[in-house]
Amino acid sequence: MKLELRGITKRFGSLTANDHIDLVVQAGEIHGLLGENGAGKSTLMNVLYGLYQADEGEILLNDTVQHFAGPGDAMKAGIGMVHQHFMLIPVFTVAENVMLGHESTLPGGRLDLATARAKVREISARFGFDVDPDALVEDLPVGVQQRVEIIKALSRDARVLVFDEPTAVLTPQETDELMAVMRKLRDTGTSIVFITHKLREVREVADKITVIRLGKVVGQASPTASNTELASLMVGRAVDLTIDKSPAHPGAIALEVDHLSVIDHHNQLVVNDVSFDVHAGEVLAIAGVQGNGQTELTEALLGLQPKVTGTVSLDGTQLRGRSVRRILDAGVGFIPEDRTEDGLVAQFTIAENLMLDRSTQPPFVKGGRLQLEFLDDFAKEKIEEFDIRAQGIGSLVGTLSGGNQQKVVLARELSRELRLLVAAQPTRGLDVGSIEFVHTQIVAARDAGVPVIVVSTELDEVVALADRIAVMYRGAIVGIVPGDTPRDVLGLMMAGETSVEAGAHA
Amino acid sequence: MTDTAKKPIDEGTESRTQQVLRDIVSGNAILSVLAVVLALLVSAILIAATDKEVQAAAAYFFSRPFDTVAAIWNSVAGAYSALFQGAIYNFRRPGFADGIKPLMETLTFATPLIAAGLGVAIGFRVGLFNIGGRGQMLVAAAAAGWVAFGVPMPFPIHLIVAVIAGLVAGAIWGGIAGLLKARTGANEVIVTIMLNYVGLYLVSYLLRTKGLLQAPGSNNPKSPAMLPTAIFPPLFGPQYPLHWGFILAILATIVCWYLINRSSLGFQFRAVGENSNAARVAGINVKNVYVYAMLISGALVGLAGVAQVLGTVTSGFSEGIDAGIGFDAITVALLGRSRPVGVFFAGILFGALKAGGYSMQAGQGVPIDIILVVQSLIVLFIAAPPLVRAIFRLPKPGAAPRKLAVAEPTAMVSE
Repeated sequence: MKLELRGITKRFGSLTANDHIDLVVQAGEIHGLLGENGAGKSTLMNVLYGLYQADEGEILLNDTVQHFAGPGDAMKAGIGMVHQHFMLIPVFTVAENVMLGHESTLPGGRLDLATARAKVREISARFGFDVDPDALVEDLPVGVQQRVEIIKALSRDARVLVFDEPTAVLTPQETDELMAVMRKLRDTGTSIVFITHKLREVREVADKITVIRLGKVVGQASPTASNTELASLMVGRAVDLTIDKSPAHPGAIALEVDHLSVIDHHNQLVVNDVSFDVHAGEVLAIAGVQGNGQTELTEALLGLQPKVTGTVSLDGTQLRGRSVRRILDAGVGFIPEDRTEDGLVAQFTIAENLMLDRSTQPPFVKGGRLQLEFLDDFAKEKIEEFDIRAQGIGSLVGTLSGGNQQKVVLARELSRELRLLVAAQPTRGLDVGSIEFVHTQIVAARDAGVPVIVVSTELDEVVALADRIAVMYRGAIVGIVPGDTPRDVLGLMMAGETSVEAGAHA
Repeated sequence: MTDTAKKPIDEGTESRTQQVLRDIVSGNAILSVLAVVLALLVSAILIAATDKEVQAAAAYFFSRPFDTVAAIWNSVAGAYSALFQGAIYNFRRPGFADGIKPLMETLTFATPLIAAGLGVAIGFRVGLFNIGGRGQMLVAAAAAGWVAFGVPMPFPIHLIVAVIAGLVAGAIWGGIAGLLKARTGANEVIVTIMLNYVGLYLVSYLLRTKGLLQAPGSNNPKSPAMLPTAIFPPLFGPQYPLHWGFILAILATIVCWYLINRSSLGFQFRAVGENSNAARVAGINVKNVYVYAMLISGALVGLAGVAQVLGTVTSGFSEGIDAGIGFDAITVALLGRSRPVGVFFAGILFGALKAGGYSMQAGQGVPIDIILVVQSLIVLFIAAPPLVRAIFRLPKPGAAPRKLAVAEPTAMVSE
């Protein structure tokens, strides 16, 4: 089915999220919609899906103007959406989830599960999915859950499928499989809109690429365009995707982690007997698919996990068993994975956030009293130094963009005397410009002789920053390999193969 | 073990109440004022509707509509002017000294409300719901009262010791809830409510038992009168009820303001209240903060109990000495947006409603329950900021064209 958006405009108050966007997706085409976070991709798709009403413009399916008052109308017209965060009920079976919202019933009001099951089997068979209709969704791996989402859309005869950042939660292998599925769907005549900010993926699978920036279409590109060309379109200026990084000059071993295990609050062993060390002036990247124990490992290093065994010693001092306060005082800087949840207080000003982890000691506190004048000067200096775009030091952090929020976290952590920097997903959700900045700062810390641990699920980031790479899988480190290890080897290791099996030479 | 119990509370139910608290705390002063205005308007309708004369005039509304309007005006204006004269200044009395008496009354009523309101507000700022005002007040009143009638000392020392005894007792009663929350993850709402009953029956037992708090030679559950050396001296002479407890309430307001806005401890309080996860990651000991906050909260609520027994009702107390202040304090803290200065004025407003309510009933025959309605409506309007905003066509917070917020809506959408 051919999808056409003509002059779609959507405003939120004074903000124009979509400004006269035109988009044509032919039947049997995979159309990449590329843009940074906040560019207006998701708003556009929510307009298409009937979640928002456009202020101007129209939606055409096979050249007929459509009016969607809600997602129900869009679904009826043949539009399906696979959301970034799955809209599935974990304790329901696959068949129950698929029938949810348009349940057919037998006489007496009983649910017609048999039909739903048959439908799941039929669609699974057609596209080569291996999905059991009676499996509970919560027991399924993430990649399979995503297929349930696809089946859900297809079971409602979707002829236009929208994938909203579908690869964020997948391993590289699962991503490849998803792309194969997308191609198969295209070959059966389904039109696909593939929303992403990952250049490599869109080039690999899309037939046509539309780039949007600040709510406007800024260009069309073919998949043959280079990464640099696409990135420049996305950001609006020339972008250097490679980090200027001189070779590392590792010093002595600074951090030694020995037989570290973590048991979480569900009594699961989430980090399993992990040992590694980090030298001064070196970046050790911890790669792995989300949820393989990296989060818990960093939390254990920071003293945030209650049940930890093993030893963590930094420059000879034992850190395990110390309070967070004392670990921070030992010179550990931490950039948490979820900055809004763990890194910042949204209702605090920039200045207050800058003193958050030194709330009891000089120079910010003397005799139990906040040193507000010192804090003001300090904040002004850091805003300048880290190029934090805000109206002033009194701006609430919650009103800043993600990139500027992360700069506040960086400014806070890097302005202490560090003996170790732990950065968890330091560029998640950031725009290309901010990613550049964050990476430069991390490399600068390394070059100043600080041992750095970077946890990332993005291979691009791992490859760009790492001097050595430790790959985690199911709570264990499957191997520690040099920074120049090929991506496909890392991909296999992220799926659990040891470095030797994967063919790494380390 | 403690952590398995604690986690779900921190992440699930708690974050929900903390979210609500945050919304309430982050509302602005204008919304508070408008909520009061709205509450008075709605109450005016109730006053008019229940007025006999309005009802009589409404019966022949279509022949003489003006009668109804006049009756409504008389009824509402009469009620509210009686409220004003009972709460601020009575013009019918000769001379300023007599006329100002109602204001003195108002401030006397306001004293414990301010103190307890500050206590609840400190809890709110840390993300804790201290519903245990009643228990904390009673225990504090009992401790202060026992020192005041049973342990003779010379004048200023006796008063100071009695006050301190009350504050410590309140702090302990609040601190128990804080400790249980910090150590076991127990929900402070439930614990403080239950401690209300424990406190009530404990004090009630002490009051009924000879040799403890019961007045000698009496069978009533009532304590003896306070010794004069332990009573707050009157502030403006003996003709007014206002006592030095009010000065303590002012001091408490200033101390709370300093604590929250200028001290390291208050910074940690606010950080935990706004985002306990980020506070924990930043090395703040969240459990200790809960305990400290409940100790301080309990002490402030205890001050309300102290002001009652050593200032307002010095002839001996019974188990009703809390007079519902522990619960009114929650409303006061909400109306004051949990800010010390806001709580101070909210406390005075509620004191005025209390003082004026009696004269409204006496003068105009408006049932004193209408004051309860006003108070309840204030809470209702404060809990529903979007409603107040819609009525007064105020902009939504954050909808104002702020340069930096520009990226926000799409960013949220793309989440």
